[in-house]
Amino acid sequence: MNCTEIYPLIHAFVDGELDLVRSLEVERHLSNCTGCTARCDFMRSLHSALQNSELSYSAPDSLLKKVQHMIGGSVQERRRNDWQWIWKWLAAGATAIAVVTLLLRPASVSQHDQLMAEAVSNHVRSLMQAHLMDVASSDQHTVKPWFDGKLDFAPDVKDFVAQGFPLIGGRLDYLGGRAVAALVYRHDKHLINVFVWPIARGSAATSQTESRQGYSIINRDVSGMRYCVVSDLNEKELGDLADLLGK
Amino acid sequence: MSVIDPQAEFERIVLPHLDAAYNLARWLAGNDHDAEDITQDACVRALRFVGGFRGGNGRSWLLTIVRNTAFTWLKKNRPQAIVSIDDDALAEIEDKVESTAAVRSADTEVLRAALADLPLEFREALVLRELEGLSYKEIAEVTEVPVGTVMSRLARARRQLQEHLNRKGQA
Repeated sequence: MNCTEIYPLIHAFVDGELDLVRSLEVERHLSNCTGCTARCDFMRSLHSALQNSELSYSAPDSLLKKVQHMIGGSVQERRRNDWQWIWKWLAAGATAIAVVTLLLRPASVSQHDQLMAEAVSNHVRSLMQAHLMDVASSDQHTVKPWFDGKLDFAPDVKDFVAQGFPLIGGRLDYLGGRAVAALVYRHDKHLINVFVWPIARGSAATSQTESRQGYSIINRDVSGMRYCVVSDLNEKELGDLADLLGK
Repeated sequence: MSVIDPQAEFERIVLPHLDAAYNLARWLAGNDHDAEDITQDACVRALRFVGGFRGGNGRSWLLTIVRNTAFTWLKKNRPQAIVSIDDDALAEIEDKVESTAAVRSADTEVLRAALADLPLEFREALVLRELEGLSYKEIAEVTEVPVGTVMSRLARARRQLQEHLNRKGQA
């Protein structure tokens, strides 16, 4: 192919949007053409200039407040909805005893659902409230002692920078009615929250993967601790981190 | 069996992408005040429609709403900003290749001015690609044009940006 044919493909090539066959054709052309190579260099330098400079605008606090007010304004209505839901449920034939047994059951499906919904919402909140971390450090020896005295257990804190999951910090969080450790990892541009808390002795070990509201969640039980890993990262790569945590 | 709670859905699906929504609105509107109004308006719409959101990419979904809200707003308040561009015109090959020095030496404010100077459709394609990191397919969905048009808009946007920076570099 000559320059005129290659030119329309160069943008897609630099953007990583070209299929393999045509990418190879472009690469072959580039190895013999200084003009097109210079054009690629320009696009790459433009790309990094746009990425590095602070050109993106963040939502101002005034807007965040307005939007939060918009969705928080009808808390009353939400409570009413909850009650309606309970009445419907009762009307459907559930007796008070059924409710009591449900509450006493150690790991019912609905409890799991509720816990996972809570885990996702903790993850989302941590990303938007500028409260991702209480202790920002890639050093596991800084993060681990930070939890001392703040929790009734000592979470195992490891950095997996060599495997592509650098530890970037930790914070305290509250999940399923108890204080938990939240470890924050990064993978490319994705942030990952790992919630850690001790599980009851003798409870069956869990290892499951699920997806909720576009977030992947992996639960793993490792030596008496539950690791609940939440991110918008795909399940496969998130599984790699879960495997590392389980080692 | 559960009752859909739009506020909770909004909190999960829309709220994490508020910065991306504002960034797009800010680049389309050109100032803070109008961008805030447009984003807020888009959030009102998103809250209304969030019950109908059937999974998929929440960010693209929200950005589509922001984009539509912004264009409606611009048509009403600043019709001169919307100049239809000829999408059939292909980006022509540069007859001479400028050095990349103009880009490397350009500081944030020069880049900001160059980007703001682009026609609306070129600017939004470049903002969605370079600042928000959307794929061609996602940009096509948000801006409601075919992928081929996205490619040609990006190519032409980059070329105009380069010309702007070269002019600055010579001045």
